[in-house]
Amino acid sequence: MHPIVKLVSQRLALGLMLLFGASALIFGLTEALPGDAAQAVLGQSATPESLANLREEMGLDRPALTRYFEWLGGILQGDLGKSLTNKLDIAESVGGRLGNTLFLAFWAAIVSVPLAIFLGLLAVRYRNRWPDKVISAVTLTTISIPEFLIGYVLVYFVAVKLGMFSPLAMINDSMSLGQKLNAIALPVIVLTMVVLAHMMRMTRAAILNVMQSAYIETAELKGLTNFKIIYRHAFPNAIAPIVNVVMLNLAYLVVGVVVVEVVFVYPGMGQYLVDHVTKRDVPVVLACGVIFAAIYIGLNMVADIVAILANPRLRHPK
Amino acid sequence: MKEQLDFMAGRVTAGQMTRREFMGKAAALGVSAAVASSIFAQAARASEPKRGGVVKLGSVGGESTNSLDPATYASQVPYHNGNQFGDTLVQVAADGTIENRLAESVEASADAKTWTFKIRQGVEFHNGKTMTAEDVLKTMQRHSNEDSKSGALGIMKGIESMKVDGDYFHVTLGDANADLPYLMADYHLIIQPDGGMDDPGAGIGTGPYKMDVNEPGVRHVYSKFANYWADDAYFDGVEILVINDATARTAALQSGQVHIINRVEPKVAGLLSRAPNLTVHSTPGRGHYVFIMHVDKAPFDNNDLRMALKHAINREELVEKILRGYGSVGNDMPINAAYPLFDSAIPQRTYDAAKAAEYYKASGHDGSPIELRVSDVAFPGAVDAAALFQQTAAAAGIPLEIKREPGDGYWSEVWNVQPFCASYWGGRPVQDQMYSTAYLSTADWNDTKFKNADFDAMLLQARAELDPAKRKEIYSKMGMLLRDTGGLICPMFNDFVDATSNTLAGWETDPNGELMSGQITRKMWFA
Repeated sequence: MHPIVKLVSQRLALGLMLLFGASALIFGLTEALPGDAAQAVLGQSATPESLANLREEMGLDRPALTRYFEWLGGILQGDLGKSLTNKLDIAESVGGRLGNTLFLAFWAAIVSVPLAIFLGLLAVRYRNRWPDKVISAVTLTTISIPEFLIGYVLVYFVAVKLGMFSPLAMINDSMSLGQKLNAIALPVIVLTMVVLAHMMRMTRAAILNVMQSAYIETAELKGLTNFKIIYRHAFPNAIAPIVNVVMLNLAYLVVGVVVVEVVFVYPGMGQYLVDHVTKRDVPVVLACGVIFAAIYIGLNMVADIVAILANPRLRHPK
Repeated sequence: MKEQLDFMAGRVTAGQMTRREFMGKAAALGVSAAVASSIFAQAARASEPKRGGVVKLGSVGGESTNSLDPATYASQVPYHNGNQFGDTLVQVAADGTIENRLAESVEASADAKTWTFKIRQGVEFHNGKTMTAEDVLKTMQRHSNEDSKSGALGIMKGIESMKVDGDYFHVTLGDANADLPYLMADYHLIIQPDGGMDDPGAGIGTGPYKMDVNEPGVRHVYSKFANYWADDAYFDGVEILVINDATARTAALQSGQVHIINRVEPKVAGLLSRAPNLTVHSTPGRGHYVFIMHVDKAPFDNNDLRMALKHAINREELVEKILRGYGSVGNDMPINAAYPLFDSAIPQRTYDAAKAAEYYKASGHDGSPIELRVSDVAFPGAVDAAALFQQTAAAAGIPLEIKREPGDGYWSEVWNVQPFCASYWGGRPVQDQMYSTAYLSTADWNDTKFKNADFDAMLLQARAELDPAKRKEIYSKMGMLLRDTGGLICPMFNDFVDATSNTLAGWETDPNGELMSGQITRKMWFA
């Protein structure tokens, strides 16, 4: 078998095992939280009878292990089950939410990844001169401010005062692509500001590292222009760490944006997950947890594989 | 003067100024009565409800876990959903009287034990079926039978039997209750086809708006139901958007994305009211923020200590700092002037460090810190309120120790479990219901563990009493008893603070609940 195929299948198997581990961990932790779904739903208005009735209806009167393995059996057949609290089909409701989350992450990535890499290259080209310093200062400032604050400031000045874009990023299926993009403009700007610095700095550092190499000196002696050296010779050799940091940030854009979702009232997975954790709705929490874990593991796997493919020494092991 | 008159006419059109006010102010401007009267008539004509438009309501209290089943309603968005698609038999009007909805008339037997509701004819459900007394019976059964998990289960307990006889729905009670119609007005008791026995979460009722889109935790879209039985409800459609974040909610109203918002934070209400194009409405209600002590657990089993704590809290300061003036002081009983039959002669308790110290000394408490458990889930600003309480108590020599609890699980692990904690009550339409929910010895939610045989006897006596003067007297005694021996420290009653865009007209003050007791989409219109 080709070593790369072998490597990919190894990684895939490992990823699946990790997913099982993650689901068990999530189940255990949600069970360990105080209270259960019945109590959370009834809240202050719970009575012993209504609690018992609701527990029975939700099937919470059965042992935890039985419920976990039932859920596991279901998911192996592609059935995510039904939410305990509102009885809606999980696959259907998660599907919509996941679509929204990916939509936002996609557009944030489309804007931020090329911008970060371009700014990184620019910073290297003018290293230690004013463009480098301005880029670093601005991106480090935006990453240092909490994202909800940037969000509120943008809502106040851009949406309320200037009347541009919507303060609510509530998208739905009946909107056209243009309307959707208009709605998510502000969250995309916020997310771009948050992830820009990390990727930009990593690009800059990785390329600067390569720039010390002898072959770059050779290229310079050949008389190539500065930008062409960076672009043709340094960048391909710095790609592994850059892909790594890009993937980490993509994963963040998918799984870590609950604060932005709350500020802009975006109907994404984060808010959905938080709601169901507060209600102890275990099947939904598990489904979301496993999807998040899968995305995280998947993106990291891609980063690993790209790093290997980008490196001839790893591509052709002796 | 022209500008002032125009402004006033605008207020009349928006339903914010009465004829009396208008004429008075116009006279002050030197306008003759005849001219003023004609301006008023013109403005008032414009204030007649106009039909049309889709209204958008941004509401707190919605989650992706929400169900449309009325039995499960416990927060704002489900409550407003119910008000769009459903109706109850009767409802409590703004002045505290009973207004008939799906019931055409309500009659009680002389002993207030048997009640008869005549069911309105020709009312259609959104699924095309005609509503019958049988549907009413099934609905009530679903909320009161043994498998019920309804939020209304507690109030249905006194019902001994129910039956249907043609268009009439009869309820027989175990003990007389003059307030039964108020119980039937509970927002959980939405009449559903077949009582919702087969599909409780279908969202089908007899209400003015029919559900088109149901995305729990995101939005709920309604359009006007063509065969709606009543002639209120002026909008072509209603959209309820779930906006849990307070800042996002106000921004959405300011930028015109929504027309109505609820739960304006007292912190920003003052600032927001200065913004153009919108109006902030503050409505005194029956909801209250409380600190509760379990009277059966040490050290709170000592009434002197309870009285010490009751005197050690500065109510005015809490209303001013926690509610920013959007509320009123409480008097250690769950009743205020918003309730019918309230006795305003009961003396108001105030902060008195000397008296508190005296009671504290008399209690013989060993001086160990008294633990108070709080979380902002109990009520907004609960942690700050506890800190203020701690300071005023310290001035009276009473050591309070604040223990912050996680908001998650607060209602199951702290409230009704720990002997001293912060909480809130939403209030009930009548005194009887408030007392029987939380202060009767046998009440499920007796969160102060207050058990007093005299109190219970008076409650039952008042319930069966049809003479209002006598009832008022009994309620006054009960209030005093609770105030002086109960485990409730009630420093303040909170107002409902809502805001609407000035494109809407027809606001009415209704103390029964937020957003005109949930009737806003039925009673307001686009001016």
